Amino acid sequence: MYAQQVDTGLAKVQSNAEMDAAERAFQARIDADVKIEPTDWMPEAYRRTLIRQIQQHAHSEIVGMLPEGNWIGRAPSLKRKAILMAKVQDEGGHGLYLYAAAETLGVSRDKLVEDLHAGKAKYSSIFNYPTLTWADIGAIGWLVDGAAIMNQIPLCRCSYGPYARAMVRICKEESFHQRQGYDIMLSLARGTPEQKAMAQDALDRWWWPSLMMFGPPDADSVHSAQSAKWKIKLLSNDELRQRFVDQTVPQADYLGIAMPDADLRWNEARGHYDFGAIDWSEFHNVLKGNGPCNRERLAARVEAWEDGAWVREAAVAYAAKEVLRQKEAA
Amino acid sequence: MTSANAGEWPLWEIFIRSQHGLAHKHVGSLHASDAAMAVKNARDVYTRRNEGVSIWVVRSADIVASNPDARDELFDPASSKVYRHPTFFPMPEDVKHI
Ligand SMILES: [Fe+2]
Ligand SMILES: [Fe+2]
Repeated sequence: MYAQQVDTGLAKVQSNAEMDAAERAFQARIDADVKIEPTDWMPEAYRRTLIRQIQQHAHSEIVGMLPEGNWIGRAPSLKRKAILMAKVQDEGGHGLYLYAAAETLGVSRDKLVEDLHAGKAKYSSIFNYPTLTWADIGAIGWLVDGAAIMNQIPLCRCSYGPYARAMVRICKEESFHQRQGYDIMLSLARGTPEQKAMAQDALDRWWWPSLMMFGPPDADSVHSAQSAKWKIKLLSNDELRQRFVDQTVPQADYLGIAMPDADLRWNEARGHYDFGAIDWSEFHNVLKGNGPCNRERLAARVEAWEDGAWVREAAVAYAAKEVLRQKEAA
Repeated sequence: MTSANAGEWPLWEIFIRSQHGLAHKHVGSLHASDAAMAVKNARDVYTRRNEGVSIWVVRSADIVASNPDARDELFDPASSKVYRHPTFFPMPEDVKHI
């Protein structure tokens, strides 16, 4: 998902026998659904895994502003432009809530940003795809934010207090994102044949990458079991993906556009949609840095950081001068 | 605890009063170079949907917190004093408005 593959640093799930007394007490608190707070003792692996996960999530929110920001200046109406700006601004806010949550674990903001810029920290694969037409803005809100909601709602119950509280705040804001996306898709689907074709083209390009957002199949997710035990991952990748497919197919039907999947069909016996095989080589390739926009996205972030350096420095210098002035006046 | 890099803006804790008559409530934190900027940033980060009528900002470094290791000594004394709760005193059913 926004944090697609989080390394726990552990080769396998720690059994109770392998834990020391402090670790057992910690696990008992988690099992009893007691939230872990920043000043509580926690195993180093839990702390490091959470930093990695929350950081990936935060970077995804921030990098995710880029593909949509691409269309702010070209939105088809003033109303759509204002809505898109509000949506992108929300994503910036989400990034900030999450960076703050990560910082409670003892890592500095600058270090988090440095890790992103150095390519050491990941962000979701989905934001490495280009936004070619206005319909992509509809597809992103509908599918990408839809998939994000699917993943984030269970995280509101995760074991780490600051992360859970950030997720509650984020979830309250996400539903607007998904609806404004679907609203764009509705307008296009009800428009001219060319507009409807744009909606179909956007769905064709965004559907499979959206399914990849949930991360590799459960069978290949080596670190998921430990994260589940720590309650920082509450539902499996495949479970979430299936829910997303089940929820989204009828929405596409309503739009009158077709999922780009010949194997997609309702399975009466399972009570779920069956869907075709995902091309995981594409996913791994994008994660490695070879998606259509990886270089462009990272370059844009680094440029923004470097261009803003003089502003950050000036603000610090101004604050120091003000403190000095107040001392002199006193 | 946080190893701030040189030049990183200090961290502020943000408290928002959501409606008149309610207390300010902690909503999260953010970085700002000074108090005025912290208030402005808090407006943008934490009140985009009319969540507040008032904002307090406090430097995180100025917060004094109870020691989590002393939780038991600090809070145990209250747990034995159940008579502080009205439900400790069962009232006869015929007695009203009490
Ligand atoms: Fe978001
Ligand atoms: Fe969103």
